[in-house]
Amino acid sequence: MTTATQQRSTLDVEVCRRDFPILATEVRGRPLVYLDNAASSQKPRQVIAAIETYYREKHANVHRGVHHLAQLATDAYEGARDTVARHLGARDRREVVFVRGTTEAINLVAQSFARPRLGAGDEILLTQLEHHSNIVPWQLVAQQTGARIVVAPLDATGQLDLEQFEARLSPQTRIVGLAHVSNALGTVLPVAEVCELARQRGAVTVVDGAQAAPHLQLDVAGLGCDFYAVSAHKAYGPTGIGALWGRGELLAAMPPYQGGGEMIRTVSFEGTDFAEAPARFEAGTPNIAGAVGMAAAFDYLDALGLEAIANHEHDLLEYATRQVAAIEGVQLVGTAANKASVLSFLLDGVHAHDVGTILDTEGVAVRVGHHCAQPLMDSLGIAATARASFALYNTRQEIDALVAGLERVRELFA
Amino acid sequence: MSDLRSLYQEIILDHYKRPRHRGVAAEANREAEGYNPLCGDKVRVTLSVRDGRIEDVAFDGEGCAISTASASLMSEALAGLEVEEARQLFERFHRLLTGDAVADEEELGKLIALSGVREYPMRVKCATLAWHTLQAALDGTDQAVSTE
Repeated sequence: MTTATQQRSTLDVEVCRRDFPILATEVRGRPLVYLDNAASSQKPRQVIAAIETYYREKHANVHRGVHHLAQLATDAYEGARDTVARHLGARDRREVVFVRGTTEAINLVAQSFARPRLGAGDEILLTQLEHHSNIVPWQLVAQQTGARIVVAPLDATGQLDLEQFEARLSPQTRIVGLAHVSNALGTVLPVAEVCELARQRGAVTVVDGAQAAPHLQLDVAGLGCDFYAVSAHKAYGPTGIGALWGRGELLAAMPPYQGGGEMIRTVSFEGTDFAEAPARFEAGTPNIAGAVGMAAAFDYLDALGLEAIANHEHDLLEYATRQVAAIEGVQLVGTAANKASVLSFLLDGVHAHDVGTILDTEGVAVRVGHHCAQPLMDSLGIAATARASFALYNTRQEIDALVAGLERVRELFA
Repeated sequence: MSDLRSLYQEIILDHYKRPRHRGVAAEANREAEGYNPLCGDKVRVTLSVRDGRIEDVAFDGEGCAISTASASLMSEALAGLEVEEARQLFERFHRLLTGDAVADEEELGKLIALSGVREYPMRVKCATLAWHTLQAALDGTDQAVSTE
């Protein structure tokens, strides 16, 4: 008889680690312990090789050329769109727009979808834990249209308070913006429930999936959202590329975001006929190699299996939570029941910046600061936290190195 | 531990845990606020300047060990200096941190303890926040200074 434990998908972490060349490097004479994955993850050789092969063997400009390489480049770029669409759970590849990253995706929705539709009295409902990239684009559009930003608070664990959220959904709520996973706290938000509530009130949902992509099996159609934004670089892909998924009928009704080549059907000085989505939103020569690298990263995740990755990361998070919480003077920040592998904490009497520097001398890379979520930090009454965030290639031994480093900090500041 | 100790020397930890000149300068007539957006640290420096001489200095705010110790050591070093001498001291201190000056204990006194910061370029802004704020207070700039 097999037990539930035996049925869990597992990950051979030592094999995975060999895929990431940078993990073999040293920092200040010590083996690198990279725990800043929520800022950006490291890249496996499969992604690096895909980008190199593209430049070595397939590069030309896309969509226009009639020559052989132009065809190879176009196939690589549009093939990457197929992979990304499949990985995101999109029903139609034309619903996937390549962008520079999550930030650009949200700005695109704010300017191209929201701006023409919003007016004075309309409301944009956000949560308290949003990253600046899911706040500032909405502030800009609020200034431009007279719409108002409304904020839904968190409970004591750092989870969205659904009742409070629902209470703030009003007939004036036109847009609901929220993170799938909090970069600062690790909280996994109840996105499907939020989307359902928003849909009942006729509000459009925009989900910041930047932190979800490396940890969760994505299913944009199943979530019931209207827009979903991701970056490649937090999910083992290259920087400078990401994707916006949008429901087809919404994208079809949106004006272009930027003007230029690639996004037109015909141009004359009297007027221009725009291409359909997604080309309408991809002005200029796109980041072809980036798209290829992003697809390679998603292929890598799919080959390992998101369930196996999640199981491993969950184990790391549980272990790290236990070990770090046991250190005298540590206060965990963000203790929601449903969390991705992010551990934010404070160390009594020591500023997060000093924690970060001292850990660095031990070769341990963590993030310290406000994590681009100042309204969240203000609501918690703190200026900064130290944050360790775990990826599929991290190990319990690396968490032990983190804990040893934190003990060193306490020793120094005792 | 040795490189760590060169950054976090006893004197720095001491000034972090027991900062001197914390609060508001007596009969303050100059002040400025400084902000490091990188870490959210904020500092307010108040001065009383009479006849071109700094009679009292104090600082207030929240910061890391490096920025707090630097503000505390700065306040100690400045009291009684001519304004021009204070500016020159900042210049020498800045050169010490950015690495193109030999550490001269005679010129810098206890401030020399912060020379370990030059091995950590990301932290230079922590060590200079109070000093930039001092400069703004001396210049009478109304705008809060930012290290960015």
